[in-house]
Amino acid sequence: MRDTPLSNCERDFILKAIEEKRRLDGRQTYDYRNIKISFGTDYGCCFVDLGKTRVMAQVSCELITPKENRPNDGIMFFNIELSPMASPAFETGRQSELMVKLNRQLERCLRNSKCIDTESLCVVSGEKVWQIRVDVHLLNHDGNLMDATSIAAITALCHFRRPDVGIQGEDVTVYSTEERDPIPLSIYHMPISVSFSFFQQGTYLLVDPCDREERVMDGLLMIAMNKHREICSIQSSGGIMLLKDQVLRCSKIASVKVSEITELINRALENDKKVRKAGGRCGFAESMPQERITALKTHVSPLEMTDVEEKANEIVLRAEAPPQTVPSPVLPGPGTGQVGEGLQSSWGLEEEEEEEEEEEEEEEEQQHKAEEEVTCVAEEKRGVKMQPVPISRWQ
Amino acid sequence: MPESITDSKPEKVVCGPGLRGILRHKQPNLYWIDSQQRRYVPSKGENVIGVVTAKSGDIFKVDIGGSEQASLSYLAFEGATKRNRPNVQVGDLVYSQLIVANKDMEPELVCIDSCGRANGLGVFGADGLLFKVSLGLVRRLLAPQSEIAKDLEKMFPFEMVVGMNGRVWVKAKTIQQTLIVANLLESCENMTAQQRQTLFRRVADGSI
Repeated sequence: MRDTPLSNCERDFILKAIEEKRRLDGRQTYDYRNIKISFGTDYGCCFVDLGKTRVMAQVSCELITPKENRPNDGIMFFNIELSPMASPAFETGRQSELMVKLNRQLERCLRNSKCIDTESLCVVSGEKVWQIRVDVHLLNHDGNLMDATSIAAITALCHFRRPDVGIQGEDVTVYSTEERDPIPLSIYHMPISVSFSFFQQGTYLLVDPCDREERVMDGLLMIAMNKHREICSIQSSGGIMLLKDQVLRCSKIASVKVSEITELINRALENDKKVRKAGGRCGFAESMPQERITALKTHVSPLEMTDVEEKANEIVLRAEAPPQTVPSPVLPGPGTGQVGEGLQSSWGLEEEEEEEEEEEEEEEEQQHKAEEEVTCVAEEKRGVKMQPVPISRWQ
Repeated sequence: MPESITDSKPEKVVCGPGLRGILRHKQPNLYWIDSQQRRYVPSKGENVIGVVTAKSGDIFKVDIGGSEQASLSYLAFEGATKRNRPNVQVGDLVYSQLIVANKDMEPELVCIDSCGRANGLGVFGADGLLFKVSLGLVRRLLAPQSEIAKDLEKMFPFEMVVGMNGRVWVKAKTIQQTLIVANLLESCENMTAQQRQTLFRRVADGSI
């Protein structure tokens, strides 16, 4: 199914708004949308929300034989899946241009920058090394997929723990998570990509374009940097011509943004570590059904409460009158007191007769007009279950 | 319409799980559930906003947000003849009415009523902004005594076209005002009347 086409009116409006330095959602030119990072129960599972764009990354590992020309290095494998869930424009199975571009960009950003120490992934040189596989799934497409996937991928890699391995001579034993604690990957630095979109042949620039801005843009510049201000990769697409000082300006903006985002990622990882430790001690069963350690907070959705009062009054009026309290207790004998009259004992009778009983009871209630307090009934029933104490009169 | 029940006691009706939304009530005994649905299913007689995607032969292909693209004949405009074609380009917005809409056939649109007059339908939108809202909000906006529309009118003058497929087009004097109206409409989906009024008042006082 094809995506809704962009009408001329929207295109003109967005371009005019950009000329007046206004964005559709009220952001400033250099503002990012709200970034939310959350983790799943497994190590290496990470969700990233960039505004409405939603992305999930999952890291897994496997022991395989290394490449022949690099016997001491582990292998990193990246895969980005675009499902039709993200956008009606995506089709399953087909390798679309966008998918190839995103995959290639992520590989260059993470693999070529050598952010992970691949030599530490070697178990037995030339025979067994770890293959780390990063799968990124796009859950919702609202623009700027590259940034969201890079944040998700690097956060998932930082979060991931691989099983511990013991080598005794020629034997290699892989310890499960119960036997020995899994160990984190050794990560040198965290490259994060920042996207800049250009409009009107490079005159106007926006950071973090949303879906509609992306459709109208002339070109995109992607700069991947780490917080030490080292550029890991730059890619310019769309065929726009950029001046040298424009690129320099973009890299300065990128360094500011990257340090903010790295801060956010570190805080999220810290938070998750704390919650896991606490969860381990208390045995949090609450988070299990949701399969989340850091439970998601749903947005508080306000309800229509305008006529709640009237509705409540109506309900109260329509409801039956509350059971009247019996005014005074009756003393049938010395040492005994009775409040209200007892209902027929339903304890011990079969369930099939319960309905009939209820009807009978209702009729009795209506006939007698004196109803017991709820607490009395409870106490009597309890009394019945324990011992038949003749406190009240049975009928 | 259900017949009026005069003497029966108020019965409790149990709704099954899986219905999300606000239960609405209209005297004497009409209840329905307003759900925040966004996917439009074309139905006959509704006025929708469509985007022209292609011109093929004698018809335009128009996207109305449903599963199929609708077709709009070029003769279905006021004053259009075989020689006098309407000035419609690919990417234009059209406000039109559905005359054929069932699950077996491709939907068809017209920009003309049964007498041959345009009556507000046709191509529009040289400026202004098109955005999407839920179908429930659209119905609320189009209701005869719509409070939302009245509250918005008090803010500043603007033009608005509401399509029953969840698309709304807004144009105000400046881009700033247009953006304000668009964002307000998108955000007042889940708000109660009071919250909405406080929000509108805050905006009107010039906080933005």
